[in-house]
Amino acid sequence: MIRRFLTCLAATMMLGLPAITEAAPLRIEITNGVIEALPFAAPDFVAESSNASQLAKDIAQVVADDLSGTGLFEEIPDSAFISTITSFSSPVQFADWKAINAEALISGAVSVQPGGGLTVKFRLYDVFAGTELGSGLQFTGTQDGWRRMAHKVSDAVYSRITGESAYFDSRVVYVSETGPKNDRKKRLAIMDYDGANLQFLTDSRAIVLAPRFSPTGDRILYTSYETGFPRIYVLDVASVRRRVLEQQNGTMSFAPRFSPDGQTVLYSLTQGGNTDLYKMDINSGRTQRLTSAPSIETAPSFSPDGRRIVFESDRSGTQQLYIMDANGGEPRRISFGQGQYGSPVWSPRGDLIAFTKQNKGRFHISVMRIDGSEERVLTSSFLDEGPTWSPNGRVIMFTRETQGANGKASLFSVDITGRNLRRVRTQGGGSDPSWSPLQE
Amino acid sequence: MNLAMNKGLTRALMLTGALALAACTNPGAGDDVYLSGDPSAGGVAGVQGDPSSPAYFQQTVGDRILFAVNESTISPTAASTLDLQADWLLQNMDFSAVIEGHADEQGTREYNLALGARRASEVRQYLIQRGIAPNRLKVVSFGKERPISICSDESCYSQNRRGVTVLSAS
Repeated sequence: MIRRFLTCLAATMMLGLPAITEAAPLRIEITNGVIEALPFAAPDFVAESSNASQLAKDIAQVVADDLSGTGLFEEIPDSAFISTITSFSSPVQFADWKAINAEALISGAVSVQPGGGLTVKFRLYDVFAGTELGSGLQFTGTQDGWRRMAHKVSDAVYSRITGESAYFDSRVVYVSETGPKNDRKKRLAIMDYDGANLQFLTDSRAIVLAPRFSPTGDRILYTSYETGFPRIYVLDVASVRRRVLEQQNGTMSFAPRFSPDGQTVLYSLTQGGNTDLYKMDINSGRTQRLTSAPSIETAPSFSPDGRRIVFESDRSGTQQLYIMDANGGEPRRISFGQGQYGSPVWSPRGDLIAFTKQNKGRFHISVMRIDGSEERVLTSSFLDEGPTWSPNGRVIMFTRETQGANGKASLFSVDITGRNLRRVRTQGGGSDPSWSPLQE
Repeated sequence: MNLAMNKGLTRALMLTGALALAACTNPGAGDDVYLSGDPSAGGVAGVQGDPSSPAYFQQTVGDRILFAVNESTISPTAASTLDLQADWLLQNMDFSAVIEGHADEQGTREYNLALGARRASEVRQYLIQRGIAPNRLKVVSFGKERPISICSDESCYSQNRRGVTVLSAS
């Protein structure tokens, strides 16, 4: 198999290290079947300047955590190591790593420049083949950006071994929740996908709901009650400035999502008790009504090519999923199983739809193909809802709320195979996650 | 050194600083704000004994009605409460109302917002039929965002599936 080289990474190949083009056996096929986690070793990176030793350790740990967190890789602890890596350029003692069954070895080096800049480089080895997998990569940035550089290393390792794009250098915007169920305070918060670098985007004076990233991650759509009524706002991530998008008197607007080109916003508007789908050109503010039915039409999501919309409607008497043309027209129902179907989201690859399913008093995160076939339940709990896709379409993050008077909402993630269910680290409670694209 | 990469990270850091600053500078709410009708919110003033007070409306007339699961139909019990509300509103022309629609937690967020809107709208239509001027009645849905009973069974859910008529000065 020929390795795909990651041209999308803004990084430099190190000089004097020709790319390996030879086939190598180190590979995880994550498209089907049961996966045995691939054992890897990520020893502390080598500190190439005297003040980089802590960063060298921390960066290796973030890389190890990223990879282990996928459930596809298994970290071999430092205590098992026979040898360690003290020089980035010295030949690797493959036998020592083979002996502890490390199939992949990640070596790296970190240096802090006199001006304060940070350089991180790494190599990935296929231990059993005794070869380097891909070429060494080097990232440069500022010291405060060290976690992003670590995630870039993880992204490259994941891509080289799985042959798929990754998702570690990404962010999540969500609703941070504190306080009891009958006095819950909600604020928009943004963090790295792994919970680091948390920042709040709003205060808790008004209820905020369901933030959604733009396709480039530069803007966030959300619903806020700051006027006392639900209205859609768009927030610029860099400046944290926001403006209201939709404020017709006597209406409510909610459930916004961007089109793949970031120019159009799909949303629900309620007038006279009836909720229908609309879209708006975000620059001109011009709106177009897409449905006109007495039933509830809400939670719309574009296909990745922007030509179709999946949404939920109770026109049949219960909540079901429908697909229609992005300009309206006759919707086609795609959900026919037991229970109610809601909050559908089209996958970034275009082949699947993730949704919330409510059946017999339980809630599930599930996926189906876009024709409604091969429905697959991924999770089950008292209340799971609101799926969002990882940038590579492999993982789904969602809200899980526990039962009872002390019930709390948290973020969870699960692989689209249904494996690797994990709680996402947040400060306090969290709901309504939206996963950003991979950062540039 | 790679300039593109460097620039990306630097920008990310500046952004972090901006977020920290902005977190506490959101301006206050707009002009059509009203106080929530739930007793815990402390939005009701006046003496209960005074029949023209909001407190009397809330506690003696009855400011809320309940709905069945996934329904927005006004039950006979609810209708008699709304009849009293209409009478009170006809006698106390200084007041307008915002009708809140609420849902229980057994449903997705978006659907519950839409369902709450249906409920609030049904209440509004009923009051209009009983002679209240449409321009005195606004509606809002809180979906499942504002439960008043917090257990996870029907005894609480039935209290949370509600329409609440919240008075405001005209």
